[in-house]
Amino acid sequence: MNKNLKKFLINNAVPIIFIVFSIMAIPVSGFSSDYLIQEMIIRLGRNSFLVLSLLIPIIAGMGLNFGIVLGAMAGQIGLIFITDWQVAGVSGMILAMIISTPIAIILGTLGGLVLNKAKGREMVTSYILGFFINGVYQLIVLYGMGKIIPITNKSILLPRGYGIRNAIDLNNIRRVLDDLIPLKIGNISVPVATFILIALLCLFIIWFRKTKLGQDMRAIGQDMEVARSSGINVEKTRIISIIISTILASYGQIIFLQNIGTMNTYNSHEQIGMFSIAALLIGGASVIKATIPNAFVGIILFHLMFVVSPRAGKELIGQAQIGEYFRVFISYGIIALSLALHSWKELKEKERNRTALRESLQKDGKVES
Amino acid sequence: MKAKFAEFIENAGWPRIIIGLFLLSLFIMTPFVGLRIDNSLTDVIVRFGMNSVLVLSMVPMVQAGTGLNFGLPLGVVAGLIGAVTSIEIGTKGFLGFLTAILIAIPFAAIFGYGYGKLLNKVKGGEMMIATYVGFSSVAFMSILWLILPYKSPDMIWAYGGSGLRTTISVENYWFNVLNDFLKIKIGSHFEIPTGMILFFALMCLIVWLFFRTKTGTAITAVGANQDFARAAGINVDKMRTISVVFSTILAAVGIVVYQQSFGFIQLYLGPFYMAFPTVAAILLGGASVHKATITNVLIGTFLFQGILTMTPSVINNIIQTDMSETIRIIVSNGMILYALTRTVKAKKVKS
Repeated sequence: MNKNLKKFLINNAVPIIFIVFSIMAIPVSGFSSDYLIQEMIIRLGRNSFLVLSLLIPIIAGMGLNFGIVLGAMAGQIGLIFITDWQVAGVSGMILAMIISTPIAIILGTLGGLVLNKAKGREMVTSYILGFFINGVYQLIVLYGMGKIIPITNKSILLPRGYGIRNAIDLNNIRRVLDDLIPLKIGNISVPVATFILIALLCLFIIWFRKTKLGQDMRAIGQDMEVARSSGINVEKTRIISIIISTILASYGQIIFLQNIGTMNTYNSHEQIGMFSIAALLIGGASVIKATIPNAFVGIILFHLMFVVSPRAGKELIGQAQIGEYFRVFISYGIIALSLALHSWKELKEKERNRTALRESLQKDGKVES
Repeated sequence: MKAKFAEFIENAGWPRIIIGLFLLSLFIMTPFVGLRIDNSLTDVIVRFGMNSVLVLSMVPMVQAGTGLNFGLPLGVVAGLIGAVTSIEIGTKGFLGFLTAILIAIPFAAIFGYGYGKLLNKVKGGEMMIATYVGFSSVAFMSILWLILPYKSPDMIWAYGGSGLRTTISVENYWFNVLNDFLKIKIGSHFEIPTGMILFFALMCLIVWLFFRTKTGTAITAVGANQDFARAAGINVDKMRTISVVFSTILAAVGIVVYQQSFGFIQLYLGPFYMAFPTVAAILLGGASVHKATITNVLIGTFLFQGILTMTPSVINNIIQTDMSETIRIIVSNGMILYALTRTVKAKKVKS
């Protein structure tokens, strides 16, 4: 019993630290519970889709897909076009998704191909890939749009006549999904339609894991060589997992931005990968295993800290800035820590296997000491 | 002839050749767009000197097999501690520069030791973890910059805010102390910052000599093959730690060199993305994830800084648009991507 408890504590060390931290910081910040609950519901609606888009590559053993920023960029290109064409409401959102899908498929294929060439270091490669495609995105959006790619609505162009403005007002689709089915419980409004969409995605993921493709991915995640010898096309399956993740991320970014209501053309996507991954890890996921509950727990804990820590910093030390930096420190620190713990565990396991092998060989008398 | 040419391309790699040719064409175009080539060259040389030691700091870690040092900001913050402390003390000129470095080194050694220990625990996953170690160290130091009790009026906010300023001018302290040392001036447009180049040469010499000592050779052995090194009785973890400490110290020194030429100390989130262009530079010079030499540093820094300096001036004059930032992003990250995807392939061929 005691041993089980210890194991539970070790396995869930990260979420537990965050729960303790939040319990301490909430009273200090002085936020009302209504406010915090409302904030958490908004943020769950806003971020869940993006965080869930990380799950499928993890099943395929490709680690945390920092490349979801590629999907986010695809989503933003869709949003630029619907803003240009003035398509409003839910139909605008759907159109943005339709536009972003082929772009996400292309980017996902590219990402998959690159990651296949960097087996064993997918994470750092997908991370750099995000930066690289960001450069290409800038090239297209900042220099190509309005010049090579026709943009009719002059108000979203920079004063010089080409290139998209730094901030685009998404008035046409602001909160259209969130307010589609209005529901108010007490003072708290709930974006029902958004949650329905998220629930559908969860069902999709649960269903997907059981399909042939999902099983193949799991096999690849466990051992690539064994999977290959049992006739699975490893490369192709890995590419598909990245494509799915990228498409989901592009939808996720559209949902995220319809909630926010304005788009920072050149920044909105940059932090998405980092924040989503931090949230997932804080929810207790690791590089090789992540579940749907991990995603939701993580979003709540991460954003609770996000909302609370600047105010707590201000109340405690008199400076909101300290809380800000603290928040940045924690989000990066937690990723470093989770990744380090994972690598460490893996290394230990390898060592254990090696000693076990050596011992068994010694027993058989094949190797002398 | 054809085979030789193919071999040259294979060795140098397409990205490097394309970028080299691109830089060459930029230099050729310079006079035609109304710019002075001697002016441009001076800029390139100064920026080469500014960044050279930072790029050099990649070498020890790569050689020890710890991968590209994406945790460079950790060394940079150690250098920042040295720099602001020397200004707080108020030492000026070359002495101030030296004070900054001498204060930075012990901090870098301590940080590097912990960082090295951590990286020993995560063999195989170093680069990703290093990136986040760098990020979190920058964020953590940002908190400290706000609360550390520095008092110098040149560094704190004039209107009574707390904490250090985001950028601190070193103009009254050690601005250009290296650049102006034995400076060679030819005409009114061409200068060589001799002192800075000499300092870089000194650092190269130290690294070169280090890799010829017993410890240095052992480090190279560890980088080449850990298992063989272990079998030969080398303490692998210790060698890796030493190389990380050495890299971190060089990074700390490197940022001080950078600042004395740049003229400003950038605190808070300033060093955040510093690792990426530095990593890109050494890769551009021909280094891989497993091997890096001083020649790689020289070529890479020159090519990379050349592109960074020349594109804004030349391209802007041609198309009247500042695309330099975008080009920088594409070139530097493209280079890193190329290196990350290539080495695995090379390994496969061997086995």
